[in-house]
Amino acid sequence: MPEATMLEAIRQALFEEMQRDATVVTLGEDIGVYGGAFKATEGLLEKFGPERVIDTPISETAIVGAACGMSYLGLRPIAEMQFIDFIACCFNQVTNFVAKSHYLWGAPVPMVLRGPSGGGVHGGPFHSANPEMYFVHTPGLKVVYPSTAHDAKGLLKSAVRDNNPVLFFEHKFLYRRVKEDIPEGDYTVPIGKAAVRREGRDLTIVSYAAMAHASLEAAAQLQTEGIDAEVIDLRTLLPLDRETILDSLRKTNKLLVVHEDTRTGGIAGEIAALVCEAAFDHLDGPVARVTALDTPVPYAPPLEEYFLPNAEKVAAAARELAKY
Amino acid sequence: MSDTLTREQHLDLYYYMQLNRQLEERMVRLFRQNKIVGGLYSSLGQEAVSVGTAYALDPRDWLAPMIRNIGALLVKGFKPRDIFTQHMAKFTSPTQGKDGTSHFGDLKKLHVVSPISMLGDLIPVMAGVAMGGRYLGQKIVAMTWIGDGGSSTGAFHEGMNLAAAQKAPLVVVLENNQWAYSTPVARQVPVRDLADRARAYGIRGMIADGNDVLAVYTAAKEAVEQCRLGRGPVLLEVKTMRMKGHAQHDPAEYVPKEMFEYWKARDPLALYEKYLVANNLWDAAKKSEIEARIERELDADQKFAEESPLPPPELAEQGVYCDGCHTIEAEWARPQTEVVPPASSVTPVWKVTDFGAVSLRPATPPPPRPAPPRQGPPVHHHKPHQQPARPAASKPPARQSEKLPEQDDAEPAAEAPGSPVPRVPFGRGPKDRAFREEQQAAQKAREHHHKRGRRR
Repeated sequence: MPEATMLEAIRQALFEEMQRDATVVTLGEDIGVYGGAFKATEGLLEKFGPERVIDTPISETAIVGAACGMSYLGLRPIAEMQFIDFIACCFNQVTNFVAKSHYLWGAPVPMVLRGPSGGGVHGGPFHSANPEMYFVHTPGLKVVYPSTAHDAKGLLKSAVRDNNPVLFFEHKFLYRRVKEDIPEGDYTVPIGKAAVRREGRDLTIVSYAAMAHASLEAAAQLQTEGIDAEVIDLRTLLPLDRETILDSLRKTNKLLVVHEDTRTGGIAGEIAALVCEAAFDHLDGPVARVTALDTPVPYAPPLEEYFLPNAEKVAAAARELAKY
Repeated sequence: MSDTLTREQHLDLYYYMQLNRQLEERMVRLFRQNKIVGGLYSSLGQEAVSVGTAYALDPRDWLAPMIRNIGALLVKGFKPRDIFTQHMAKFTSPTQGKDGTSHFGDLKKLHVVSPISMLGDLIPVMAGVAMGGRYLGQKIVAMTWIGDGGSSTGAFHEGMNLAAAQKAPLVVVLENNQWAYSTPVARQVPVRDLADRARAYGIRGMIADGNDVLAVYTAAKEAVEQCRLGRGPVLLEVKTMRMKGHAQHDPAEYVPKEMFEYWKARDPLALYEKYLVANNLWDAAKKSEIEARIERELDADQKFAEESPLPPPELAEQGVYCDGCHTIEAEWARPQTEVVPPASSVTPVWKVTDFGAVSLRPATPPPPRPAPPRQGPPVHHHKPHQQPARPAASKPPARQSEKLPEQDDAEPAAEAPGSPVPRVPFGRGPKDRAFREEQQAAQKAREHHHKRGRRR
């Protein structure tokens, strides 16, 4: 079981999928000779050549549009946003063209749109965003946001093999900080299945991506205080794994949702509504949430730290919730 | 008579244009009877554009229509019943009532991509279709349409530029119908010939009379052949006129009456009928035979559409995702071994041949010479070892190659800075006003010079 960072795991998934299937091609800005802004595609051009690893102009709409067009011929393109913030430039192409294609006229779009997301690296307001909820609100897309190297590789492979457009968020804070043993050889992680990262009896913390790690850190602290928290890593935001959330709630009767996305319209609101509809009788307290502020991501380290959730903020909210 | 078309093909063009027009006239009646669910957009006066361009494609080629390209859908093989049922939101329509108008397609058989209402987005998508087809070795050409209005979008630019950078086999028909909803073209774009924009992309620009179906066909055929030879995308502007409002609700009172009259005298069907008569391509009997056929087909298909049911309500929540209902398959027309290692492997470095400085030019321009070498094809990579040669593209016939600007297949169709957009002789020649004015100005200058000389 070789050790790999999340970035290496993603690179392995790209390599192996391109090796396995000649219909897999990749395109984006600076992904070929340069190997991508974070080197996620390093070495792909050398091996697979310029027909399959396409350096594009700075044209997000053209990248997504062309990937969609290629997929209509039975190819499985993987398009890269240099930073996921730039997906705003091709919002129309993603939400109106790609997402509606199968529903409206039965044309599947088996493409992956992947890119580095998230804050904590002082990237400033245009290189740190978590725009996942725009797309969770778009029927026809799938939205994946892993927190471990193992999941990143397995989920990216599933995304490539999926017949639907999959948005694959890669938290750049985790790219080189997460390192773990991953299995050798081909494996996939199913899209739409959450993972219980830590079992507990007293309350449930639901999170994903970098905040899954903050939640686990908080749970370890809470353990020393006698609070036994269960931590769920969603891994996929659309479709949401409702059953894993509800099963856990039925056991712990308390729910805290943690996300790095801004507060209003974040997935915490959706999950709160879900448990109210499906398991209201099981709630012993209000559904709590720890999120980023409702502001753009600020640049200066003290501002960004204040903006972002962290283990202390999660633990504090959990202590309050545990009192019910 | 066009040299390249048979008599049957000439009559085919008439059939499709007339079918397009009659179909739309019936839909106007259905709209007034409240049988059309949503909006109805007319292509009256623009039939020659849709039919002439799509007729230049082979069955293997791909197209993506815009709202006024019903004629192109008919040429590609969709039936009037598809158009009727789409507009009437019937369960039997290509989208089963999930969308209306010309928003439908067929990936597997007809190779038609559905448009969306946001303009310009089809161009990057069709650039991708063209690139994908080339990757699979299929030798297809992709064609799509955009209006004068839609050409102002960012998606138009991004798609054109990507297609050009990739030398993708894409024909973009810029259907200049003079009006973007209620705004005249001169208020949208400070350029008279939108084909001039081709130069900015380093690609071939062409202009054709959009009301002359044979001119449209000939230009489109040439554009398609260019793409087929690997010379990169073509921007083909066709000049025509939208003879109705933006849609049925719009009486188009903002259009000057004289403008309608000017273009009415250039009605593409009337012009073509005259042409067929003048060239002895049909007689009264043949004409009524075609018209009877159209009547018969439209009667049957309209009846089918009117009798079709609306979709069951619960269909609304079906089909958001492909849950294995489709099989994703690529049709390879080249050995896959070419695109997997070791054959696909390269040394990942750029070969930069142009360092980008301002070219120093002598004060007096030298006599015309071929375009200087510019930055090469999109990607230069050193091959570590010999790559199997790609099958060579067939040579163009001599007559056509004379018309094309001089260029190496390996070089982009870029023009030297300062040289005009290469043109086809549609409305551009000694009879063209701009050309004439230029000549007259030069003559005047010469005379003025002589006079001054005499006085001294």
